[in-house]
Amino acid sequence: MARMNMIEAIRSAMDVKMSQDPDVLVFGEDVGFFGGVFRCTAGLQETHGLHRCFDTPISEGGIMGIAIGMAAAGLRPIAEIQFADYIYPGYDQIASEAARLRYRSNGEFTAPLTIRTPVGGGIYGGQTHSQSPEALFTHISGLKTIIPSNPYDAKGLLITAIEDNDPVLFLEPKRLYNGPFYGDPHAPAVNWSGHDLGEVPEGHYRVEFEKARKIADGDDLTILTYGTMVWVAQAAVNDLEVSADILDLRSLLPLDLESIAESVKKTGRCVILHEATKTSGFGAELMAQVQEHCFYSLEAPIERVTGWDTPYPHAQEWAYFPGPIRVKTAIRKVLEG
Amino acid sequence: MSKKSNQSRLYVPEPPFRPGDKPDYSHIKVPAEMTPPRPDPMCDAHETAAHALGLIRVLRLTGEKEGPWDPNINADTLRAGLRFMMINRAMDERMFNMQRQGKLSFYMKSTGEEAISVAMAMALNDNDMIFPTYRQVGILIARGCPMQDMMCQLLSNKGDALQGKSLPILFSFKDYGFFSVSGNLGTQLIQGVGWGMACAYKGTDDIASVITGEGATAEGDFHYALNFASTYRAPCIINVVNNQWAISSFQGIAAGEGETFAARGTGYGLATLRVDGNDFLAVYAAMQWAAERARRGGGATVIEHFTYRKEGHSTSDDPTKYRPKNDGEVWPFGDPIERLKAHLVKIKEWDDERDEALQKEIADYIRSSYKAAEKLGSMATESGIAPETMFEQVYETIPSHLEAQRAEFMIENARKVGEE
Repeated sequence: MARMNMIEAIRSAMDVKMSQDPDVLVFGEDVGFFGGVFRCTAGLQETHGLHRCFDTPISEGGIMGIAIGMAAAGLRPIAEIQFADYIYPGYDQIASEAARLRYRSNGEFTAPLTIRTPVGGGIYGGQTHSQSPEALFTHISGLKTIIPSNPYDAKGLLITAIEDNDPVLFLEPKRLYNGPFYGDPHAPAVNWSGHDLGEVPEGHYRVEFEKARKIADGDDLTILTYGTMVWVAQAAVNDLEVSADILDLRSLLPLDLESIAESVKKTGRCVILHEATKTSGFGAELMAQVQEHCFYSLEAPIERVTGWDTPYPHAQEWAYFPGPIRVKTAIRKVLEG
Repeated sequence: MSKKSNQSRLYVPEPPFRPGDKPDYSHIKVPAEMTPPRPDPMCDAHETAAHALGLIRVLRLTGEKEGPWDPNINADTLRAGLRFMMINRAMDERMFNMQRQGKLSFYMKSTGEEAISVAMAMALNDNDMIFPTYRQVGILIARGCPMQDMMCQLLSNKGDALQGKSLPILFSFKDYGFFSVSGNLGTQLIQGVGWGMACAYKGTDDIASVITGEGATAEGDFHYALNFASTYRAPCIINVVNNQWAISSFQGIAAGEGETFAARGTGYGLATLRVDGNDFLAVYAAMQWAAERARRGGGATVIEHFTYRKEGHSTSDDPTKYRPKNDGEVWPFGDPIERLKAHLVKIKEWDDERDEALQKEIADYIRSSYKAAEKLGSMATESGIAPETMFEQVYETIPSHLEAQRAEFMIENARKVGEE
């Protein structure tokens, strides 16, 4: 075991896989000699060689395109998109190509590739370094969408993603890279060294997809969330001294519907939290699933807390962010309902 | 808006002839003299800059061959090429007619462009992956893919290896080095470059050959492909089949009228060749040159295959709506099959008797293959493919949400069968 922050855990996952499997290689903008703008690939080029961790042109469509070609040829590429906000030029290659290659060739050609990209706000990144576009990807058949909330899961899920024979989009909540974030930007920063989930095995291990992690166990309500909002939820629950199940979904597609239904049937009340915009967000899918599977157990309308339906503003970052006030209001409302 | 003082007006290019016009291509100089020199395949890319503006030709329209690009292939290989091209054309005729009879939903002919796919497949190694478009069935024919397998895909029946998941002609035949055709144009270009990079990474001798029509060179993927191929010296060949027409848009819409498609490669520091795409020997020679360059570490070559799409874009298209009816006939580069035939006759390796025998053999092959394929189902009858297979191969294993949907569908389907 070692103490790792999320950056180190992600790097360790790639390092472990690159050591095990010569078909694994890493590329993206600034990932090579420099080691990535968030340092996730630092040292990989030195350890594994120039041809296994290298810089690409600023061309997300090109990065996705070569990743698909390499994956189809039998490699296991890990492509980094510097910010999820930059992923759109590669969207056609992801949505129409990577996700559908297996289907359209009936399994003859596949694209076992991993796309890593930082998501979410909280670092004053403004509208072009803060987006959470997960719903644009969970709508795509053939793709898997994963989002860890802590170092332990980040490493295990990334290893599972690299070993998966289908394309996986691996979203990294950048606000959590160095430590859990409890929703108050003015509180002193906490790092992962003081957290149980910052304890990470140095070797190989997997965290399976389609399995939510229960962050807290309670009876009064269920909170369904993922990414940065997991820790905001925990802080709000502690503050309010309520008894809540907090489910960190981790794997958005495929989704652990079983754990969701089990929890909501137990508590009868459900709050859904995500940082992304509201309309057609992943929360809408979660609400629909809860309604379909748990309607007769519900004792109050489902509450949904999200970012506003605006671009992510710069100076107003914390007015946009679904912070403790918005979360606590929803919890109170669902408990009163 | 302030009043303009200059003479600039929005310019929209138009093809030289529209329906009702009498097409006249005498302004296109079919070079009668020697074609550009053949440099060493490992030459500096700049030495091929002029090739992007010229036209590599080996076969004269009268059947003689000449010039430095003669690939010197033997008569048996030439006859094999002729045979593959004739099979391609006969298959196109048959499948077009069957589409008109409602046996398949859709078809696309390669008429006039057969030399490009056939010569490409013959000049490359069988292990070289080709990333084709929908107008290169000749590759499969030349690489020995059974006609019945192709026809089953076209008929979307139970003999279709893709189980009806893809449109007719969007083949996938990994065993014959034929990458799954997308239908989204241009996307395969950068994927092929990635495949080539993987070949180099693994240290094999294999290369990738990627193909686009001239129309889709306007996609960003074309730029990505040239750029990444240049950066990483990817062992690949980037082919632009310039058949003059992208559905109804003439080539000037894709690229303006200033420069050739081959010349697009010059700015990226790639080798560039422009070849008479109706000249089997010239295509073969250009592919050989570029393949040698790629295999020896010289990187990618952009090849423009200059040709003409003689028929409509697809069975859903009517070209008389946007170009003169006889446009293809007066196109000055002739027909690739007739040209290779004329050459074989000239060198006394072909005659009417053998031609008739081959025509008959091909007609039998197409007829019997079609008969066998149609026995396995068609759009007009039953596909024979279980509908629930639609849930397979979305992922390697069926995840629980899809499993639930499949179960839901099975109930719906049972009800439907019950009502019938």
